[in-house]
Amino acid sequence: MIKSMKARSRIANTVIYVFLSVLGVIWLLPIAWLLLRSFQETPQVLGNPVAWINTILPESYSFRNFTRLFTETGQFNYPQWYLNTFVVAIFTCLLATSLVLMLSYTFSRLRFKARKGFMNVGLILTMFPGFMTMIAVYHILKAFGMEQSHVSLVLVYSTTAMLAQYILAKGFFDTIPRGMDEAAMLDGATKNQVFWKITLPMSKPIVIYTALISFMAPWVDFIFAAIIMRDNYDKYTLAVGLFRMLEREYISTWFTRFCAGAVLVAIPITILFVISQRYYVEGITGGSTKG
Amino acid sequence: MDHNFFTMNWFQKFIYNLLQFFILLPGRLWKGIRALGNGIVRLVKGIGNFFAGLWQMFWDGDVFVKLSYLIMGFGCIVRKQVLKGILFLGLQGGIIYFVQSFGWHYLREIGTLGTAEREIIGYSPLGTPLYSPPDNSMLILLYGVMTMLVIGVLLAIWVASIKASYKACENHRANRKNTTALEDIRGLLDEKYQATLLSGPMLLASAFVILPLIFMILIAFTNFDKNHQPPGNLFTWVGFQNFQDVLGNNPLKAKTFSYLLGWNITWAIFATFSNYLLGMLLAILINKKGIKLKKLWRTIFVVTIAVPQFVSLLIMRNIFYDQGQGGPVNILLTQYFGMDMVRFWSDGPLARIMVIIVNMWVGIPYSMLICSGILMNIPADLYESARIDGASPLKTFTRITLPYMLFITTPYLITQFVGNFNNFNVIYLLTQGNPKSVFLYQAGETDLLVTWLYKLTVDFADYNLASVIGIFVFIISAVLSLIVYNSSSSMKNEEAFQ
Repeated sequence: MIKSMKARSRIANTVIYVFLSVLGVIWLLPIAWLLLRSFQETPQVLGNPVAWINTILPESYSFRNFTRLFTETGQFNYPQWYLNTFVVAIFTCLLATSLVLMLSYTFSRLRFKARKGFMNVGLILTMFPGFMTMIAVYHILKAFGMEQSHVSLVLVYSTTAMLAQYILAKGFFDTIPRGMDEAAMLDGATKNQVFWKITLPMSKPIVIYTALISFMAPWVDFIFAAIIMRDNYDKYTLAVGLFRMLEREYISTWFTRFCAGAVLVAIPITILFVISQRYYVEGITGGSTKG
Repeated sequence: MDHNFFTMNWFQKFIYNLLQFFILLPGRLWKGIRALGNGIVRLVKGIGNFFAGLWQMFWDGDVFVKLSYLIMGFGCIVRKQVLKGILFLGLQGGIIYFVQSFGWHYLREIGTLGTAEREIIGYSPLGTPLYSPPDNSMLILLYGVMTMLVIGVLLAIWVASIKASYKACENHRANRKNTTALEDIRGLLDEKYQATLLSGPMLLASAFVILPLIFMILIAFTNFDKNHQPPGNLFTWVGFQNFQDVLGNNPLKAKTFSYLLGWNITWAIFATFSNYLLGMLLAILINKKGIKLKKLWRTIFVVTIAVPQFVSLLIMRNIFYDQGQGGPVNILLTQYFGMDMVRFWSDGPLARIMVIIVNMWVGIPYSMLICSGILMNIPADLYESARIDGASPLKTFTRITLPYMLFITTPYLITQFVGNFNNFNVIYLLTQGNPKSVFLYQAGETDLLVTWLYKLTVDFADYNLASVIGIFVFIISAVLSLIVYNSSSSMKNEEAFQ
C-alpha cells in the first residue's frame, strides 16, 4: 500500500518535471533566440548587410554586430545613446529618489490640515492615462524652450516616478514605530533631524529599491523620449533608438544589430531588476521588525 | 441563499460573495453619494468660515493689517519681520507683473480661444502674400490655464500674508515678541517641515501633471482636431459635442469606441484570468513537496520578466513575423511542414488571440511570484486536517487552496484587471494596434482604448477625441479602483475564511 503510494508520487513528480521543463524551454527560447541572433554573421548583399535571413537559426556566428554598433555610428549613434541614457538615468535616479522620500515622509510622518486632500488629489491624478497628457507636456516644455533636452526628460521621469512610487515608500515609513521619533523630539531634535538621523538610516531597503526602479525607467521608456526628441537622433535614449531600428525602412539591415544592442541593454537591466526584487521583499516585509 | 455559509463549497461561496457584492452595491453607492454630499456641505461651510475669518481679521486688525489686504506683507514689515514682509511683497509684485505683462493677454481671450484668423494684409515687393499674425488657440488655452493657476497661487499667498500680518499685530498687542527670520527658517525645518518638503514635489507635479491634465480635459470640450491645427487655424469651444459624437452622434467614432471598448474588456478579462489561473498552477507545481530545484525553476521564469518589455516583446513580434519570408515560426511551418504562411499579426481574430497568448508569456511569471508568496502562507494545519480526513489532492485544491487564494488575491486581481485594461506595452509593441480596419476611425483590430488614444494624439492630432477617450478611461479605472478599495476594506473585517 505504502509502496504503491510512493510509486504514484514518483510518477506524479516525473510528470511535473517534464511539464516544468517544457514550460522552461518555451519561456527561455525567445531569449535564447535573441542571443543567437545578436551573434549572427550578416552577409553582404550589394554592399549592404542583410540582417533578415530565411533560416530559423543563424548559420555562422561572430562578434561583428557588437563591434559595428560601436564603430559605424553614421546613421544611428549607439554609443551616444548609451551615454545619453546613462546620464539621464543617473540624474533621474537622484532626483526621483529624493522626491519620493520627501513626499512619502511628509504623508507618513507629518500631520497637517491639507494632508488627506493632497493624498486624494495624488490618487486621482494617477488614474488618468499618462498618454493623455504627454502631448500637452511636450507643448509646455516647448513653451519654456526645453524641448529636445535631456533636462526635461529627467524632470518628467522624476515626476512620474514620484507619483507612482511614493505610496510604497509611505507604506514602509508607516511601519517604523513613531515612538522613536517622539523620543528624539522630546530630546529637542527637529523634524528635519528626525528624518535624517532616524528615519532615513532605517529605510535602506526602500531607498535602494526606489533608486533602482527610477534608474531603470529611462532605459525602458520608448514613448515619451520619442515624443520629446522628435527626429533629433543624436539625443535619443537607447529604448527609442532601438525601437527606431525596427521600423520598416531599417529592419532589413539593422535587425541583428538591434539584437546586439538589445542584449547590451537587457543584461544590466535584468541584473538590476533581480537585485531590486530582493530589496522589494525586504522593503515590504522587513520594515515592521526593525522597531 | 438560506444555506449556512460555512457548509457551502467554494463555488457556492464565490457565487454567494458575488451576489452579496451586487446586493450591497446600491447601499454602498448610496453611502458614497451621501459621503460626497457631506463633503460638499463641509466644503461650502469651510469656504464660508474662511471668508468670515478674512472679514473678522480685517475689522479686528489695526491699520497696518488693513493695509496688508492691499500691500502684501506690510503688517510684517512694520512689526520688524522685514525679510518675511519683503518676500510677500516681492511675490505679489512678481506675480502681478507676470499676469499684467504676459498672462492677461491670453487669459482675456480664453472665452473665445482667439478670433483673429490669418489674413492676407498685403503683398511683398516680390509678390508673395504677407499675413497678419493670427491668434494661436492652443497657446491661448495653455497660457490661460497657466495664468489661472498662478493667480490661484497668488490668492493663497495673499491669505497667508494677511494671516501673518494679523498674527504679528496680535503679538504686538499682547506684548509678545514676534518671531525673527532665523526662527522662521528654523520653523521650516520643524513644525512647518511639510511646507519645505512639499514645495519641490508640488512645483513639478503642477508643471508636468496638473497643468497638462487641466489643459487636456478642457481640450475635450473644444474642436481641436486635425482640421483645426494652430497656428493657422483657430479652434473653439464646442461644449459636450465630442462626448455626444463618441456616444452616438458620429456613427464612425461611436462604432469605433464601442467596438474597441468591447474588445478592451474581453482582452482584460482573458489576460487577467489566463495569467492568474496558470500562474497559480505553476506556483503550486513548483511549490509541491518533493519537487527539487525550486529556486532554479523560479529563476527561469523570473528572467523573462526581468528583460525589458520593449526587448522581449519586440523579439516575440519578430519570432511570429508574417511578412516577406516570415519569422522563424513561419519558416518552420512553410519550409519544414509545407504549410501556408500563418498571418499571425495581419489577420484580425488571429492577432487578437496571439496578443492574449504572448501576454501569457509575459504575465504568468508575475502571478507565479505573487501566488508563490501566498501559497507558502496558507496555514499548514488546514492541509494536515484535510489529509487526516482522507481528502484527495484534487479536493484539497478545490476546498482549501483555491478559495484561500481567491479570498486573499481579489484586490490583486482587480488591480491586475485595471493594469491589463490599460496595457499599452503589450499591444503597442506586438501589433501597434494593427491590422487596420476601414470600419474603425484611426484604429486597428487589436487597439485598446489607450493605444487608440496614443495614436489619436501622436499620429493623427485628433486631440479633442483623444481627451474624451482619456476621460472615459479615467472613469472606468476610477470605478474599478473604488471597488478594490471597498472590497479590500470589507474583506479585512469579514472572517469568511476560517
